[in-house]
Amino acid sequence: MTDTYRYIGKATPRKDAMDIVTGGARFLNDIKMLNMLYGKVLRSPHPHAIIKRIDKSKAEKLEGVEAVLTWEDVPDWRAGTPRYTRILDHKVRYVGDAVALVAATSAEIARQALRLIDVEYEVLPAVFEMEEALKPGAPQLYDELPGNVVISGTPSFGPKSLKEVVMGDVEKGFQEADVITEGTFGYENIPNPLPPEVPGAIALWEEPNKVTLWVSNQASYMDKVVLFHAMGRKVEVRTIGGPCGGSYGSKYMSWQVQCYAALLSRATGKPVKFTFTKEEHLAAFTMRIASRMKARVGIKKDGTVTAVSGTWLIDTGHYSMTTQAQVAVGCGEVQIAVRCGNWDLKPVIVCTNRNASGIVRGFGGQELKCTLIPLLSLAMEKLNIDPFDFLKKNFVKPGDGYFWRDGIWYTYRGVDYTKAMEKGAERFGWKEKWKGWLKPAAVDGTKRRGIGVGVHGNADIGEDASEANVRLNPDGTALLFSCVTEHGTGQRSNLVKMVAEVLQLPMDSVSVTPSDSLINPYEMGPAGSRGTYAIGSAAIAAAEDAKRKLFELVAPLLQAEPSELETTDGIVFVKGHPEKKIPWKAMSFDRTITGYGRFEPDYTLTNCMITFVEVEVDTESGKVTLQRVVNATDVGQVIDPQGLEGQLNGCLGSGGIDSALFEETILDRSDGHILNANMIDYKWRTFSELPPIGNVVFETPFPSHRFHAVGVGEIATSPGPVAVLMAVSNAIGVWLHEYPVTPERVLKALGKVRPRSRKGSAA
Amino acid sequence: MNPPHKDFFGELRDALKKSLPFNRIAKLTVPLTCKKARKQVNREKALGEEVAMRSGKIARSKSTRSVARSGTSVARRSPKATRKLEKETIRLTVNGEPHGLKIGKKPNETDPSHTLAYTLRETLGLTGTKVSCDNGACGCCTVLMDGKAVLSCMTLTIECDGKNVTTVEGLNDPKTQKLDPLQQAFIDHTAFQCGFCTPGIIMSAKALLQENPSPAEEDVKEALSGNFCRCISHYQVVKAVLAASRGGR
Repeated sequence: MTDTYRYIGKATPRKDAMDIVTGGARFLNDIKMLNMLYGKVLRSPHPHAIIKRIDKSKAEKLEGVEAVLTWEDVPDWRAGTPRYTRILDHKVRYVGDAVALVAATSAEIARQALRLIDVEYEVLPAVFEMEEALKPGAPQLYDELPGNVVISGTPSFGPKSLKEVVMGDVEKGFQEADVITEGTFGYENIPNPLPPEVPGAIALWEEPNKVTLWVSNQASYMDKVVLFHAMGRKVEVRTIGGPCGGSYGSKYMSWQVQCYAALLSRATGKPVKFTFTKEEHLAAFTMRIASRMKARVGIKKDGTVTAVSGTWLIDTGHYSMTTQAQVAVGCGEVQIAVRCGNWDLKPVIVCTNRNASGIVRGFGGQELKCTLIPLLSLAMEKLNIDPFDFLKKNFVKPGDGYFWRDGIWYTYRGVDYTKAMEKGAERFGWKEKWKGWLKPAAVDGTKRRGIGVGVHGNADIGEDASEANVRLNPDGTALLFSCVTEHGTGQRSNLVKMVAEVLQLPMDSVSVTPSDSLINPYEMGPAGSRGTYAIGSAAIAAAEDAKRKLFELVAPLLQAEPSELETTDGIVFVKGHPEKKIPWKAMSFDRTITGYGRFEPDYTLTNCMITFVEVEVDTESGKVTLQRVVNATDVGQVIDPQGLEGQLNGCLGSGGIDSALFEETILDRSDGHILNANMIDYKWRTFSELPPIGNVVFETPFPSHRFHAVGVGEIATSPGPVAVLMAVSNAIGVWLHEYPVTPERVLKALGKVRPRSRKGSAA
Repeated sequence: MNPPHKDFFGELRDALKKSLPFNRIAKLTVPLTCKKARKQVNREKALGEEVAMRSGKIARSKSTRSVARSGTSVARRSPKATRKLEKETIRLTVNGEPHGLKIGKKPNETDPSHTLAYTLRETLGLTGTKVSCDNGACGCCTVLMDGKAVLSCMTLTIECDGKNVTTVEGLNDPKTQKLDPLQQAFIDHTAFQCGFCTPGIIMSAKALLQENPSPAEEDVKEALSGNFCRCISHYQVVKAVLAASRGGR
C-alpha cells in the first residue's frame, strides 16, 4: 500500500524541525512586545471563603504597577458548563483561586504588588470528598448547584447529550450471569498531564470591544469561541496560536489565563503577558478528573457481559467546563470496550473545594475504565477467564453499536481489531506468560513478575466539524489555511503531507498558515485522535476542490476535459499524454485558486489500542518496576511513521501508565493545599528508567478516508493504568485496587506494613 | 572577580547541587512524606523572607530560597558581596560573542538576582533556552558553561564572569551555518514532539558527546536523566544521540 504514495506512510522531516532543534521555535513566552506589561494573580490561601474586603491601594501606589483588579472591578465574565464560574468572584472555592490581578512593567514588580494587597476573608467550611459533598448540610460551592451536583449534559453535544448508559434490562442480565461481582473502585490520584510549557497568554485590547490574544494552546480557534461566550458574547475575539509546548488535552481550555490577560489589557490599554509559574500550573490549572465507581457486573462463563449497573462518581473540583463532555464520551467509550446489552450506569458529577479537573488524554473513558475493569477482573477471576480473551471478545466489532456522546445510536462500520490485538499478544508473549489470576508470571527470590492488559477505543476520531481552504498559486506552490496549532503530534506537517500528496507537489512547495482565527476557517482542533480523519479529510477535500477548479480553468488550454487531467510538481497534463502539459502559471500571474473543504462529524468509526505490561515487584521494598510495554493498534494507513511512534510511546507520560505507578497530585484534605506542586515532589519518569516499548501497528484500510487512515494518538495513555494494577495484583497474588501502586500500598497488601490512613492520598 | 566572591558562589552552587534531584530514580521508591515536605517548604519560605529583609538586596524569591538552603553564614555575607558586585561588570561570552553586563538595579542592568536563564532570554534575547519549572528540576534550561551542562535557571548571572556559555542558538557552525550533527540527528529521527524540552535535551546531549564521543546507550540515558520530557520523545532522542555519536556516524 505504502509504495503507491509519494509521501504518505514515509518518514519525512517535520516542517518545524529546523526551528525546534535550533531554538528558533517561538513559544508564547518567547514573544515580547513594545510596552508589554506582565500579569500576576493573587491567589487564595483558603479552600473556601468569602472575600469581605480588599484593600489594593498600597499595591496601586507601587512604582511600575499599572493595574490592580478585583472582583469589584471586572465585568461579569463567566465560563463553565453551564456558565456559572465568574472570572473573579467575591467567593473563593479552592486554595489558589484568583482573588486579584496585577499588571506591572516587570514580573518582579507585579509579584511585589501582590504582597501589598490586603484581603480580609470570612473562612467557610470546605469539602474535599465527593460523598461528603453530596450529603445534606455539606458546604455548598455555588448557589446555582444545590447539593454540589453539577448539572449533567453539555449543550455542545446537542439536546440528547449522553448523560448515562441505560439500555436493556439489567435484572434480566444479572439472572443470565454465571457470576456477579460488586464493589467500589477508584482512580482518584488526579495526575497532572504537566506539559513542560506553563499555561499563558498575551492579550491586546482595543476599545471599545475587540481583543487579540496570542495563545499557546491545543486548539486556537476554539479559544476564540470559548472566550466569545465567556466574555458575555459582546467582545470580538481574535486568537493567534503558535507552537504549543505540550498539552495532552489540558491546554485545550485556558480561558482563565486568557481572560486575566484580556482584563488587564482592557484596564491598561497595553499588551499584557501572563505566564503561570510551575507551582500555579500544578496547583491552579486543570488536572484529571477523579473517578469512583460503585457497581455490580454479571458475566457468563464464555466471557459475555450480561449486565452492568451502578453509580459513577466524578469529582471535578471547584468547577466544570468539560467534565460533562468527558462523562458523555466516557459513557460512549465504555460501550466500545465492553459489549453488553444491559446497562444501568448513572454518573454523578460533584464539585469539591479543590483545583478543577479538565481535559486530559483519555477524556473520561480512561477514568471510567480504570474503575470498571478491576471490577470485571474480579468476575473473570471467579470464572478463570483470561483477561486478554475477555477484552478481545468484548471490544466493538463491525455491525455492533453504541450510544455516542450525542445520545444517538451508531452502528460501527470500521475494521475488526481482533487481528491487531492477537498480534500484540503474540509479540508480548501473553499466552506463555499468563498463569492465571493472582499468579505471578515468574518468581526470582523476593522479586515477582506479573502481567496485565488493558484496552481503549473512541469514536472521536471523526468528532466535530473541520474546515480548511487550499490556495493554489501560479508559481506552483500551495497554501493550506487551517487553524491547527502544533502541539507535538506533527499534525501541521501531516496536513501538509496530505495536501502535497493530493496535489503531487514537493512538500517544500506546500505551507500552512499561522493558526490565526482571523484568516482561517472553523477548526475544532486536534483532539480525540481526530487530526488524521476529521482535520485531514477537510484539508484533503480543500485540496481536491482547488485541483478541480484548476483543471476546469486550464482544460480548454489543453483541449481536454477536466476529468482527463492530472497534475504533478506544478504541471498539469493530460492523463496518458504527458507531452500535453501546461504549468500552473497558465492560470495567469494575477490569479489564485482557492478550494474549500469541510468535514462533517462521523461517529461510526472508532480507533483501538491494546496495551500489555509486565511489571516486577520487589516484595521487600514494595517497589514496582515497569519491565516492558507492548501496544497494538490498527491505523488503516500510517501517515507519518516517526510521529506515530512518538504518539504510541506517549503511553507512559501525561497521566498515562505512570499514573498507575507513581504519579499523583497529593491534596491535603485537612486544609485543601496541594502538597507536591513542584516538579521535584511530583514524580515523573526519567530517561534512565525507560522500559522497552514494542509498538505493533496494523494497516487495514478504512475506506472512508482518502488515504484509508484513522488517528490514534490521544488514546495511547488510556489502556495502560488498569493493566498495571492487574499486573501488580497478579505478581503479588493479592488484589490491589488503588492507584498508584506505591511501595507503601504494595507492602500493605502484602501485610508487611500496618494499614494507616494516608491523609494526603486521594482516596 | 576576587577570590572571596568566588567562594561565596562556590558555596552557593554546592548547596544547590546537594539539593538537586540528580538521582530521581531513588526518589521514586520512597513514599512521599507529604507533611514533612510542606513544612520544609514553609521553613525555607520563612527563612528566605527573613534573609531577604536582612540583606535588603535579594529580590527574587529563587535567590532567597537558594541562600536559605546554603545556610546563614552565606546569608550574612550576601549583602556585602552583592554591594561589591554592583560596581562591577560581568564579562561573559555567549555563543562566541563577548558581552559586558553592568550589574545594577536599573532597567537594562543585570540585577544580582538575575538567573543566567533570565539574562539569556530577557537581556540577550536568546529565547532558544527554555524555562519550564524554574526550579532546577526539569533540565529545560540546560546550557553549556565552559563545555559542561548547567541549569541556567539555577545559575546566577553574577556567577558567570569570565565564563564561556553556549546555548542551542550557538550550535550551528558559525561560518557555514551548518547544523551540528546532533541537531541533524534530531531532525532525522523526529526526536521531539512538542519540542519545548528539546533545546535542553540537545544541550545535555552535546555536553555528553564532548566528554564521551562514543557513549553507550546507558550513558546517554544517564546523561539525560535530568531532562524532563512529557510527550515521551525519549526513545527517539536516545536513537538520535547514538546516531550523532562517533560510533553512529
